Amino acid sequence: MPLSKNDLDAILLTLELASLTTVLLLIIGTPIALWLARTESWLKRPVGAVVALPLVLPPTVIGFYLLVSMGPNGFFGQLTQSLGLGTFTFTFTGLVIGSIFYSLPFVVQPLQNAFEAIGRGPLEAAATLRANPWDAFFSVVLPLARPGFVTAAILAFAHTIGEFGVVLMIGGNIPGKTQVVSVQIYNHVEAMEYAQAHWLAGGMVAFAFLVLLALYSGRSGKVRAW
Amino acid sequence: MFGFGKPSVPAVVDDGRIRARFLVQHPGFRLDVDLDLPGRGVSALFGHSGSGKTSCLRCFAGLDRPQQGYLQIAGELWQDSARGFFLPAHQRAIGYVFQDANLFPHLSVRGNLQYGQRRIPTAQRKVALDQALELLGIGHLLERMPSALSGGERQRVGIARALVTSPRLLLMDEPLASLDLKRKQEVLPYLQRLHEELDVPVLYVSHAPDEVARLADHLVLLDEGQVRASGPLKELLLRADLPFASEDDAEAVIDGQVCGHDAAYGLLELQLPGSDARLRLPHTAVADGQAVRVKIKARDVSLGLNRAEGSSLLNLLPARVESWQVLDAQVLLTLCIGDQRLLARVTRYSFDQLGIHAGQAIWAQIKSVSLLTP
Repeated sequence: MPLSKNDLDAILLTLELASLTTVLLLIIGTPIALWLARTESWLKRPVGAVVALPLVLPPTVIGFYLLVSMGPNGFFGQLTQSLGLGTFTFTFTGLVIGSIFYSLPFVVQPLQNAFEAIGRGPLEAAATLRANPWDAFFSVVLPLARPGFVTAAILAFAHTIGEFGVVLMIGGNIPGKTQVVSVQIYNHVEAMEYAQAHWLAGGMVAFAFLVLLALYSGRSGKVRAW
Repeated sequence: MFGFGKPSVPAVVDDGRIRARFLVQHPGFRLDVDLDLPGRGVSALFGHSGSGKTSCLRCFAGLDRPQQGYLQIAGELWQDSARGFFLPAHQRAIGYVFQDANLFPHLSVRGNLQYGQRRIPTAQRKVALDQALELLGIGHLLERMPSALSGGERQRVGIARALVTSPRLLLMDEPLASLDLKRKQEVLPYLQRLHEELDVPVLYVSHAPDEVARLADHLVLLDEGQVRASGPLKELLLRADLPFASEDDAEAVIDGQVCGHDAAYGLLELQLPGSDARLRLPHTAVADGQAVRVKIKARDVSLGLNRAEGSSLLNLLPARVESWQVLDAQVLLTLCIGDQRLLARVTRYSFDQLGIHAGQAIWAQIKSVSLLTP
């Protein structure tokens, strides 16, 4: 058996983290993307820039600020403590919060592009056909933006699986709790266990390739049923 | 932002008319209109591009919210900014036909048609799907996707989609503008049938005089966001202070009734209401008694003091001179034949030679008549 129990735990934890993050990101990212696609407010550019920050910042910077703010003396940490939730640093919840910030642009940008491509036309048609704005969102915007949602979900999932810096900063390296695959590879290399590092690293390469393959075939093809 | 419950609607008196007042102001654009339109028939909003036609129509639909606005449709209030009342688009009983059809690309023709129909209560469904399919000749397209339709077919589906919501007001934004001449000819007859068979008031935006002459009963002339004139089409076409009559191809629209067909010569005979006069024009047979609309250009009408004998002209009608307007070297006259009015353009020289005076009986020599409908 090339994979240890710790390795398997790390894989399961990584999949769990990526799935949960993806679902939450689609829920959080959709209204942000809708607003960015429709608004004419001067805030559009600043908000867009803030959302895109994780694209250019080193993950350690995001991790550092999250660690400070979620820590016992940070603003967010004091809030969670006063609510009796303790602090989220070095917990799975903390990892989910960090991943959401880290992968936000990978969800918001494809969704924003999809919403902008739809334009106002179909929404106006829906309004003149008696659909209220919620109804129009579910019956027109959602189906028309489906390729955008698929892209956003794949990118969010894959990007979360690949994160390392943010996890190390706010989650540490606790087996079964915050130890994800990328961190586990680092552990193996530190311990000179190159064979096990190969198994995990090779698996990540194969996974990344399949994800990108799925993305590119989805883009070049016409609308397909995913 | 999201209006769910219907706001309480202030009561207004039902006089069967459409009253609208909109003030829209953007940098470089101003729409300021006050309209009182008949609650039936086709009212055309006519003007150059940029005159505010589409903005005005969007205000009727509730797609745009004017800074100040008032809108009442046959006793139902849709908007009154003075009372802070605004019914959003999805709560207005409108049908909107977009310039480019704007069908939902992810739904089949059937899905597009049912989208609006499903969203109105069953009791309010007055136009059946089958009726709309038949009226617009699209029954064979039901299972197609919009991307597989021609421009003309798309537009007909767009019209049917608006109709099956049984609107109280049908708004059409240049439904023929994006079509080539052939497709236009394909869709126009359906629009005319609509007019004849459904009792829904229509607001029709257009910049094509030909469409307006064929379809409209009432005409609103918009110019730089202002109403220059509003009134029955036939009257506005004759008014010398408006661009229609002063243009080179000034024309009059006349409504008549088919009273015969000369099969040997292929001539259709029309009776003009309020007189014994009959018009003849080369055309295939149309059912007796059918109401038809023709147009006669002012430059195709000349005048004679006596009935011209030995002429090749088909139509020599006794008329009465009502009024005239001197336009440089030419004179534009309005003639009465029974209830119908006609424009004639002659040179000022001929006008003086004939010694024309108001009320004078005269022969209208009509060179050409074109059938607009059916």
